[in-house]
Amino acid sequence: MARVRSRKATLALGVAIICSWCVAPGASAEWQADSEQLTVTDNPVGHSGGRLVLALRSEPKTLNPVLAQDAASQEVIRCVTADLIEINRKTQKTESALAKSWTVSRDGKQYTLHLRRGIRFSDGQPLTAGDVVFSFHLYLDEKIDSPQRDLLIVGGKPIAVEKIDSDTVRFTLAQPYAAADRLFDGFAILPRHLLEGAYRSGDFLRAWNMSMPPSQFAGLGPFRLKEYVPGERLVLERNPYYWKQDRNGNRLPYLNEIVFLFVSSEDAQAIRFQAGDTDILDRFSAENFAVLAKQQAARHYHLDDLGPGLEYNFLFFNLNDLGPKASPDVARKQAWFQDVRFRQAVSAAIDREAIVRLVYNGRATPLWTQVTPGNKLWIDPGIPHPPRSLAHARDLLKAAGFSWKSDGTLVDSKGSPVEFSILTSSSNAQRVKIATLIQDDLSHLGMNVHVVSLEFHAMVDRLLNIHDYEAAIMGLVSGDADPTAEMNVWMSNGDTHLWHPNEGKSATPWEAEIDRLMQQQLVTLAYAKRKRLYDRVQEIIAENLPVICLVSPNILVGASDRVGNFQPAILDPYTLWNIDELYVR
Amino acid sequence: MNSRRKLWGALILLAAFHGLILFAGFFAPYGFAVQDRDMSFAPPTRLHFTDAQGKFHLRPFVYGLKDDPANPGAYAADTTHMYPLRFFVQGSPYKVAGLFESHLHFFGVASDGRLFLMGTDGYGRDQLSRFLYGGQISLLAGLLAAALSVALGILVGSLAGFYGGWIDELLMRGSEIFLALPWLYLLFAVRAALPLHIAEWQVFLLLVAVMGVIGWARPARLIRGVVLSAKERKFVVAARGFGASDAHLLFKHVLPQTYGVVLTQIALLIPQYVLAEVTLSFLGLGVGEPMASWGTLLSSLQQYYILSSYWWMFLPALLLIPLFLAYYTTADALQERLKSVSL
Repeated sequence: MARVRSRKATLALGVAIICSWCVAPGASAEWQADSEQLTVTDNPVGHSGGRLVLALRSEPKTLNPVLAQDAASQEVIRCVTADLIEINRKTQKTESALAKSWTVSRDGKQYTLHLRRGIRFSDGQPLTAGDVVFSFHLYLDEKIDSPQRDLLIVGGKPIAVEKIDSDTVRFTLAQPYAAADRLFDGFAILPRHLLEGAYRSGDFLRAWNMSMPPSQFAGLGPFRLKEYVPGERLVLERNPYYWKQDRNGNRLPYLNEIVFLFVSSEDAQAIRFQAGDTDILDRFSAENFAVLAKQQAARHYHLDDLGPGLEYNFLFFNLNDLGPKASPDVARKQAWFQDVRFRQAVSAAIDREAIVRLVYNGRATPLWTQVTPGNKLWIDPGIPHPPRSLAHARDLLKAAGFSWKSDGTLVDSKGSPVEFSILTSSSNAQRVKIATLIQDDLSHLGMNVHVVSLEFHAMVDRLLNIHDYEAAIMGLVSGDADPTAEMNVWMSNGDTHLWHPNEGKSATPWEAEIDRLMQQQLVTLAYAKRKRLYDRVQEIIAENLPVICLVSPNILVGASDRVGNFQPAILDPYTLWNIDELYVR
Repeated sequence: MNSRRKLWGALILLAAFHGLILFAGFFAPYGFAVQDRDMSFAPPTRLHFTDAQGKFHLRPFVYGLKDDPANPGAYAADTTHMYPLRFFVQGSPYKVAGLFESHLHFFGVASDGRLFLMGTDGYGRDQLSRFLYGGQISLLAGLLAAALSVALGILVGSLAGFYGGWIDELLMRGSEIFLALPWLYLLFAVRAALPLHIAEWQVFLLLVAVMGVIGWARPARLIRGVVLSAKERKFVVAARGFGASDAHLLFKHVLPQTYGVVLTQIALLIPQYVLAEVTLSFLGLGVGEPMASWGTLLSSLQQYYILSSYWWMFLPALLLIPLFLAYYTTADALQERLKSVSL
């Protein structure tokens, strides 16, 4: 799912509830390794024991997977829960997790998932189909309003979930849905025996908040909660019931403990990592990469530049239909922004190479559409990469009726000077820097551009709710490489359709075409055909520039030399996705 | 005598500093917004007297800069290109006193050479030029805000001290409330309440007004103290006995005795307000890019990679030390002089 930095943006998919509250067979048998259907991994064998220390930017707000929205909560939750089907971050393909196997009906609407037998939650209670149905019931509950709820609405109707037998669950979709198997990644399966009471008594919104005792928590992830000291640390311990083993038959995970420290700034995290206080570092700037790289050998850590990730940063203009409440000043500026030649001129004048060099120390890739080179399956190599050209930009502006005064100021056809502001988040130094470079680029066209930086939430409020801005620079990160994760951005009714959120009826023919193509690729199952559809979306965006894509930063990670099996990937979570296989050398 | 010499030394330093900043456009080799994108984080350019062949040149010169092949991201001197330092050169345009345009710069090198005496920032902008232009905003804000708060302080302090009674109670309790307000959050609210698009000079005036208005309470209390004792002095009582009006007493006899406090307060407040502007810019409330202020120059030091990799980014901070020392020395010397006069 596309994310607005720390804020989770929801997809235009929905939810429904089918409950077949069949009670699971009683948990009578003792825990026996023989009866379990464990996953056997094929990675290098590590050795057991030890602990890793990691840093979180903020404290998790909850450990409830249904409610979690912030990055810190999600990062911890991923270590203590498991999904039915997972996306392997390295291969970017789906693989079996709690579901041992699954079948798809011929019309593409029914998914039947077979659970692994004999596996248990971290408190020793067995997993049954009842837990799966209960979990999806929670994700689909309108009153709980989970941030992931929209993902489960397909074709305007909630996905129906029913229990076939104690190990089999069937999901029924209203229409065929490409990459529906990828949907299951991110929906953690919850223990019905621990949460049903809270749910029935209407107390679910407080369940599994940070003040609960560890004994009340159980999940299917490699670790379980051990201790939480507010303001200081959160400690996870090995889950002895975890459902994976290595080639030699050792039960995973290898690590005994994971300690999360709360380190609130990127610089502080880099310093703690450099000092050896933490073992793994991700989400840091290219500048800090350069600083840390100098001491790699001496301090026994290594840094990796994984190349472009899925984040795309872009400039966009306020194309909202502000109606009669718009001031004449804004209406006059919107007339420029709505002219595609104006947007093309701005795009042509931006020096993307300079952004890559000056903002990211060269550790980024210039972009002309939303799909980054990191997304190898979906990038359209046919998108032109025109070099910066002020002459071309001037021609476009001239054709659109703009002209220049004797002092070089650009004026529109009515003679008013072209002046607007670019909004950025003050907490993101890179985007402020990008804005300052663009300001200078556009001054060569005679535009008078102001850079305004606001606190992140104030900025998002203006962009998505008040629509009180002229232009803005933002970045989006897709949670997945598949275009279905981008539905909420490109569909006119999407709520992350940033230039005109919740537009409803598309304002332009090309937006209508994007809507049609996105809708079509969603229900098409053949990859080649979907690829052609999404290529066309990229072409339309590159041509009409509702967002002027600028740059995709590389994914930069670092790990202490003592971490074994470290296999960072460009999909989030970059470093901890295979935490069950990490070990201490 | 010693204090007199100190005072003159400080005043000369202040005059030189303010002169440089007043004519920033003339003394700065480049404009404050000029980006040289191939020269980001270039270290201070070294002035040379002897060339690679060991030949001595009376006129100092600089070498061109090229990327250092051994050390990516760093620069090396390109000894094949020499650019002698020249005075009174033509360069980028600026406005003298905001009125007439000029291209004349005090010093510089030929246009394809680069002269960054204090290095460059991440956009390849000359730090020295930004320091000089930034001073125009920071020092002007300091002076205006100091004048505003001392004027308010004189008004409130002299009324409270001279009339006493309920007027005194009202004004002094008011000033205490003022001191207790959580200004940081109020300032955040002020900025948030403003529209997105306001011109930089409006932000600047707003900042001056805010700093000046916040700062009046302390000088007001000091001036009230002086006025309280001054109005009891025998010549003031005598004048009152001869039937002098309140206005005559206040302006002719009482206020002249507060001059010492007023002067030292101004001298102390100016550096305080320069620093306050630093704090406001630090919080993103100062003037916006690409304009320079001392606050924006210092705020880049917040970042770890700058702290650890680019030592020349500290130079603006180092230059501020003698400036503030000069202000405090002036205040000190003035205080001592006035003490000896009143004795």
